[in-house]
Amino acid sequence: MELFSDHIFLSRLHFAFTAIFHIIWPVLTIGLSLFLVVLEARWLMTRELRYYNHARFWMRLFLLNFAVGVVSGIPMEFQFGTNWSAFSRAGGDIFGHLLGFEASMAFMLEASFLGIMAFGWKRVSPGMHFFSTCMVALGGSLSAFWIMAANSWMQTPVGGEFVNNKFLLTDIYAAIWNPDTFWGITHMWLACLEISLFVIGGISAWYLWRGRYPDFFLTSFKMMLAAAVLITPLQVVIGHGAGKSVTHHQPVKLAAMEAHWQTNPEGQGAAWNILAWPDKKIQDNVWTVSLPYALSLITTESLTGQVKGLREVPVEDQPPLLLTFYGFRVMLVLGGLMVLLMLWSLWLWKKGELTAERVGRHKWMLFGWMAAVPLSYLAMEAGWVVREVGRQPWVIQGVLRTSDGVSPLPTETVAASLLGFVAIYLLLFVVFIFFVWRLLKKGPDFSLNP
Amino acid sequence: MDLINANLANIWLLIIGFFLLYYTLTDGADLGIGILTLFMRDQEEKNAMMQSIHTIWHGNQTWLVILGGMLFGAFPLFYSIVLSALYIPFILMLFGFIFRGVAFEFHAHARGWGKMFWLLSFGLGSFIATLGQGFALGGLMGGIAVQADSFAGKPTDWMNWYSAVAALGVVCGYLMLGSGYLIARTTGRLQQWSYSAARLAGGLTIIVSAAVYVGTSIRHAEMAAKWTAWPPSPVYFFAILTIIACVRYFRSLHQQKRLAPLIWNWLIIILSFTGLSIGLYPEMIPSMDSAPLTVQDVAASETTLRFMLVVMAVLLPIILIYTSYNYWIFRNKKEGEGYAGG
Ligand code: HDD
Ligand code: HEM
Ligand code: HEM
Repeated sequence: MELFSDHIFLSRLHFAFTAIFHIIWPVLTIGLSLFLVVLEARWLMTRELRYYNHARFWMRLFLLNFAVGVVSGIPMEFQFGTNWSAFSRAGGDIFGHLLGFEASMAFMLEASFLGIMAFGWKRVSPGMHFFSTCMVALGGSLSAFWIMAANSWMQTPVGGEFVNNKFLLTDIYAAIWNPDTFWGITHMWLACLEISLFVIGGISAWYLWRGRYPDFFLTSFKMMLAAAVLITPLQVVIGHGAGKSVTHHQPVKLAAMEAHWQTNPEGQGAAWNILAWPDKKIQDNVWTVSLPYALSLITTESLTGQVKGLREVPVEDQPPLLLTFYGFRVMLVLGGLMVLLMLWSLWLWKKGELTAERVGRHKWMLFGWMAAVPLSYLAMEAGWVVREVGRQPWVIQGVLRTSDGVSPLPTETVAASLLGFVAIYLLLFVVFIFFVWRLLKKGPDFSLNP
Repeated sequence: MDLINANLANIWLLIIGFFLLYYTLTDGADLGIGILTLFMRDQEEKNAMMQSIHTIWHGNQTWLVILGGMLFGAFPLFYSIVLSALYIPFILMLFGFIFRGVAFEFHAHARGWGKMFWLLSFGLGSFIATLGQGFALGGLMGGIAVQADSFAGKPTDWMNWYSAVAALGVVCGYLMLGSGYLIARTTGRLQQWSYSAARLAGGLTIIVSAAVYVGTSIRHAEMAAKWTAWPPSPVYFFAILTIIACVRYFRSLHQQKRLAPLIWNWLIIILSFTGLSIGLYPEMIPSMDSAPLTVQDVAASETTLRFMLVVMAVLLPIILIYTSYNYWIFRNKKEGEGYAGG
């Protein structure tokens, strides 16, 4: 309980809670808006009404989700100044304008064209409407780009130098395209696509399970599956790339992710701990289940490649281990399961089981898709925990400690606003789920026509 | 080029001032309409008031998001000190924004009592957000304790009569903008109601502004000196123009003009905002006991400012084009359109 009277810890909790809540929504905004683009394009090309009806149906979910995303995003932006003022002062030279670009390039685009996309069906031509949908989708992905560039810079801060604990920018392109940017953005963006596919799949599966509008929802289910065939395995490949980049640029984080204590000597391979119980007090694992040589192999592509261990840095520079280690495993297992579910469904498709008459028989497969909806979000949150907790005790890797980045605020003030956010966000979440439930029960509205 | 390079921080101050002004004129009206719904009994009219801004409020609010990001980028020290010093007002504003922002979508999905709840959430959210902004303004103008580039006071430093009067001023100002917007966008009973609201809000704003003026002169002797200096500083000029605009504003209300009240209202705000900024310049963070921080003190490095300026020069015209297009598309009202209805 002592922790809760520490304003640094509370500010960390404050950030973690609001970020974990906020990120739930943009993920679907980004992915679903691209799905809407595809649906509208197919409608314009084929003039088949079912695509139009699909677009109208999924847009309802999109708008509801978007509303919560926007209101939870604004506190994120101001939080850097309110709760992390020392961090803002230190990193403002680069960090601030990336946020500014995000707002002026991405959010403004989204906000302006969203109105036309949502309410302009009867006001603009179909071509213009399609263009607006494209702009909303572009805005979503652009915002992911800028915010991930900012976050990546915190992981691998380059492009300038730190003078008196303040970053002075010299090379803007190097700062934006820092070593982590590529992996951060691609992995996150694919997560958005993947989760959105599983949401589309899960909702379609729910209708198919209950035998409601099977023809209609087989359309979206198959479109989703065709995309998932590409996206789910690609995410594993890119995730692996991200891991290798972490090995290279943030070796301590990698060691924490793998509970790897001792740098392996020349000529010996590092073992991969499938499961372990790391303990900082003894600077070792209490127990492990491990695969010899595997860690060297995954991270360096050689059986005896050297992998730095946690003991290379003093205890106070080691990140929290359990969250990082198990968070990583949760992501890996779920990522694997998502690939398997995709393969299973693909196999049923090939066997000709995905038809209105037969699909209802495959209850387990449909159930798998429904269950995968929350699990895919869990994989993403786990990934974020690995990334952010694994960076500790630094807020800007290697330069500024989290404890030095915080605002000089009394504990009660932070505690009060944290409680406020928890209460409000719980309310939003419950109301959101309730409205989605009602939306789904009602089903698509076939009376709408172009 | 040299001229630009030598004045990067000042140019950015102008740009940020533009964002702030644009935000105040547009979202100020939205927030004002939200507060006005608290005074309206009839649920149908309340709904009509909310729907009158349903396609534009989000874009308007986004100017504040841009303002926040650009302020962080161009004046990191300002962003860091002011937001942490005025923690409570800003958190209040954020809470208010949440309730106002979700209200549009949730109201469309709700039924029965739910509809009333989200209408109330729209009204109260707007009110709380406005209060937050008002107290933040008052807190900043009243001065912030700074030591070694960091906030050195208590989180409750802003709680005083001066900032309370400033907050009241912002509420009245937004009410004025909101009723002006309603006059321009509605007809019949609601429009007549808005004329009375505008007169009342306008009167109150003038009284409160006078109080803010007196309070500021007492707190900031140097600013008062600028205002009373001879030969008269440009501040005078703006004050006189503001008074003229006020007179025209009330006359246009009296003549029941449709657009004129809003336009005079804008002019009043632009003029008084400019006058006030000139009065403050080059101070960015007034301080009670230590030396105030100036524009140069809080600005980011030249590399950053220059790069941001290049990007903004390209981006701003594009933004203005597509936001105007958006206003144009929704320039007239259509029945049966709205959230969830589609
Ligand atoms: C649908 C979600 C999802 C799935 C299935 C995966 N990931 Fe992931 N992962 C994320 C969602 C995510 C994320 C939430 O989006 C993170 C956090 C920040 C980021 O850029 O990506 C992330 C971070 C992240 C990191 C940390 C990067 C850092 O700290 O800089 C690594 C090493 C991996 N992932 C590796 C993987 C591997 C090897 C996967 C193969 C199964 C995998 N991820 C599947
Ligand atoms: C939206 C997805 C994100 C999630 C779920 C997330 C999660 C977290 C968590 C769990 C922490 C607490 C770590 C700890 O203190 O142990 C944290 C801290 C932090 N994160 Fe993130 N984060 C996200 C995105 C971002 C982004 C995009 C940025 C920057 C652009 C960012 C900047 C920070 C900062 C400044 C802190 C506070 C300092 C710290 O505790 O390290 N986060 N985040
Ligand atoms: C922790 C740092 C973050 C900050 C400061 C932040 C800021 C914001 C803000 C201010 C908004 C509201 C925009 C509006 O008014 O329209 C928003 C929404 C959004 N954010 Fe975040 N955000 C963060 C994390 C993320 C991440 C990690 C992503 C994606 C990878 C993301 C993607 C989006 C998107 C697509 C929206 C659009 C609306 C929606 O949520 O549905 N944000 N964010």
